[in-house]
Amino acid sequence: MASQIYPAIADGILVGGVYALMAVGLTLIFGVLDIINVAQGILVVIGGYLSYVLSVHLHIDLFLGLLITVPVMFGLGLVIHTVVIRPLRGAERTSMSLLACFAVAIIGEGVLYAVFGADSVTLNASYVQSSFQIAGYYITDIYLYCFLLAVALVTGIYLLLYRSRFGRSVRATMQDPVAARLVGIDINRVAALTFGLGVAVTAAGGMAYGATSGGFNPNSGYDLISRLLAIVILGGLGSIGGALAAAVFMITVESVVDIWSPSWAVAVFYIALVIVLTIRPAGLFGRAAVRAQ
Amino acid sequence: MTAELRTEGIAKAFGGVQALDGCTLTVPAGSITGLIGPNGSGKTTLFNVVTGYERPDTGQVYLGGQRITGASAQRVFGLGLGRTFQLTRIFPRLTLVENLLVATGRSKAAGLTRARELLEFTGIAQHAGELAGTLSYGQRKLLELATVLAAEPAVILLDEPAGGVNPTLIQHLAARIRDLNSQGTTFLIVEHNMEFVLGLCHQVAVLDYGTVVVAGPPEQVASDPRVLDAYLGAAPDEEQDGE
Amino acid sequence: MTPSAVRQDAARAARPRRGQPGWSGLPARPLLIAAGVLAVVAAAVLFPVAFPSPVATTYGFDTLIFVACASAWNLFSGYSGYLSLGNAVFFGSGVYAVAVGAQDWHLTGTAVFGLLPLAAAVGGGIAIPLGLIALRVRRHTFVVITIAFFFIFQLMAFNLAFTGGTSGLVAPILNWSGATYNNPFYYAALLLAGATVAVSWLIRRSRFGLHLRAIRDDEDRARGLGVPALRVKLAAFVLCGAITGLAGGLWYYFIGAAAPQSAFDPLFDLALVLMAFFGGLGTVAGPVLGALVIEPTQQWLTARFTSNYLSEILLGALFLVVILFMPRGVLPTASEWLARWRAAWRRRREPGAETRP
Repeated sequence: MASQIYPAIADGILVGGVYALMAVGLTLIFGVLDIINVAQGILVVIGGYLSYVLSVHLHIDLFLGLLITVPVMFGLGLVIHTVVIRPLRGAERTSMSLLACFAVAIIGEGVLYAVFGADSVTLNASYVQSSFQIAGYYITDIYLYCFLLAVALVTGIYLLLYRSRFGRSVRATMQDPVAARLVGIDINRVAALTFGLGVAVTAAGGMAYGATSGGFNPNSGYDLISRLLAIVILGGLGSIGGALAAAVFMITVESVVDIWSPSWAVAVFYIALVIVLTIRPAGLFGRAAVRAQ
Repeated sequence: MTAELRTEGIAKAFGGVQALDGCTLTVPAGSITGLIGPNGSGKTTLFNVVTGYERPDTGQVYLGGQRITGASAQRVFGLGLGRTFQLTRIFPRLTLVENLLVATGRSKAAGLTRARELLEFTGIAQHAGELAGTLSYGQRKLLELATVLAAEPAVILLDEPAGGVNPTLIQHLAARIRDLNSQGTTFLIVEHNMEFVLGLCHQVAVLDYGTVVVAGPPEQVASDPRVLDAYLGAAPDEEQDGE
Repeated sequence: MTPSAVRQDAARAARPRRGQPGWSGLPARPLLIAAGVLAVVAAAVLFPVAFPSPVATTYGFDTLIFVACASAWNLFSGYSGYLSLGNAVFFGSGVYAVAVGAQDWHLTGTAVFGLLPLAAAVGGGIAIPLGLIALRVRRHTFVVITIAFFFIFQLMAFNLAFTGGTSGLVAPILNWSGATYNNPFYYAALLLAGATVAVSWLIRRSRFGLHLRAIRDDEDRARGLGVPALRVKLAAFVLCGAITGLAGGLWYYFIGAAAPQSAFDPLFDLALVLMAFFGGLGTVAGPVLGALVIEPTQQWLTARFTSNYLSEILLGALFLVVILFMPRGVLPTASEWLARWRAAWRRRREPGAETRP
């Protein structure tokens, strides 16, 4: 039993990194636009299917394929924002956006069913199956590669946010949209680009998820979004560091519990969320109290 | 109904900012007391602490001799303390009458009568059946005042009631406050409008850096050099947001 | 002003004005509304007589179940502004309450209907701990918690022994004649739907409803004016849970089987939200209209195109259309258009009488 814990923890951290990437996109969208993009789950699945199509039908390597899928998903994000999110105004804006994203998720799932059917698909590459040894335990190669990808991308986002002019505009808008506008920041543009960015990461997340999950289908969106939401809430809406920590923590816990009881492992996820929220309604790192509603 | 409001040594910090620092203030029963001070002196924070929207780090609050420190906003309201907000808060999707009915604890019929009386009193009765969100800024202030009055509180805290309001309406407000005060209601009013404060209040307290530096009759306070110091010492006096 | 005049004025002031969308979602003309309600009720009662085929009454039953559930959802979420995406928890709990009860206590036939109050009790009872956890957080987080609860319950249904796991439980046989089998279910559902709408209406007019709506507009301010916010929200949540649970129990016996995917179905939650939104969030008649329009449509689509996905796409698209173009729902938007049209017509009749745009 004990010997299974270390690999479980290692796997948990590696996969947690991938979830962290997706969660960061989600929390970023909340921070800037004040909406919870519940379509993030299905967008990840779409990203996964895109990688699948490129890999199976065009024989493009999974990682190279990202050069195509990431811009595509970014564009999709821009479209969703312009068509669905931006027209929403008024007092109920936050609830309406949430429901609008919900609608987009449902449409997305239906379209995926229509195009790909309900059968599970997997992402394969020559290196997906192979593994290497560390200290006597096996770690699947692909887990490590995806983790490194996630680290690279999250670092990239961090640098973008804290070292670039665009990033400054984003952070300013997050803190005070009115003040940001007053200093000449085009908050609509910032909002659109941030939404696009938040969705673009689902391309990478989708590929990583597809490669590490052992199979997915259109229905996987539900499972994904519930986990992502739990992670983001736990880490505190709008907190990027929180999303990172929460993702790695939750996935690792689930991975460990999975050793004893696979069917209950997922429940642990949600139970942890409920427990934390009962004690600290603002999440672990959250500034949710700052946002009125 | 009337009561005395008293605070003793209230301290409250937000992160590194000490908003209130040993604030001791007595609002005599049946008086109209003004609370003035430069921006950032802690006026709204004091209101929040007294009315239960915030908990003080140390210090006590007494209403009519009863200690209410740390009580919830709901309870404080039930004990007879009402307040308005700097940024007017009303229920925009309820009608004016419904706005008032939220606050009255009585039966529907009695509540409706009281609502009508209060709308007449504040002068916005002609819009009674309309949604509160359609009111102009000044009308909203009146509605907010009417809502607070609905439960017949003994003490009323007004946070910048004359802010952004035209002079006629300000006179109207001052007259209504005097009317209520003549029936015994105690008032504590935060205001930047000196004319309003000096003309209306029995006594004035000056808050600076979270503590009361001067208190007394208006004329005395107005000519006290410490007050001028407080206002002109650190930063120019401007109409800006927020304590 | 004399006291009686003040009271009369006050009463007049309290009623919504002519032409303005009143809280029922319809233009405020009491006689017209009463007549309309009677007509709808009469039509509903006579429906199985006019369309006796099992297909029609099944449609009718399903629609009425949704009328009840959408109204129950609206009674909490619409009035308080706390959007719940986890009502399936109550529905499924009601399903399993009746399923397990019938199985463990060896009930068959009409005796099973006696378990319906249990379903309501279970639904309402579950709402208490869930509400105490979920209602302390802000609205964004509340939605997510309801989703989390949904998944926890679905997982429990899959994994716990007494729920029969993945294959679920099968209902005891009911020996009624095939032709009229549906009818008692239909009328039971009609009774439930009618009672729910009536409760919704009563709440809307009451102080309790006023408090809920004040919470929706500005919860902190409401608290500051003496509203016991948590208690009020919890009460509405429990009521919603009880009704939805009862609906679930009834539905279970009609369908004859309980399984985790159908008892706890995410599309159920989506449908509830869509129906309430479509008809008019926070109004009494809105969810009813929404259910009457959307449920039969969804059933028809699923029957026509055997795969689920087309109805999903259409439902999602419809939802988007409603959110983008009629965010307050059909009824309030329609009454607004009606009011505007009438004002324009009036102006045309009396040229020069009004110069207001």
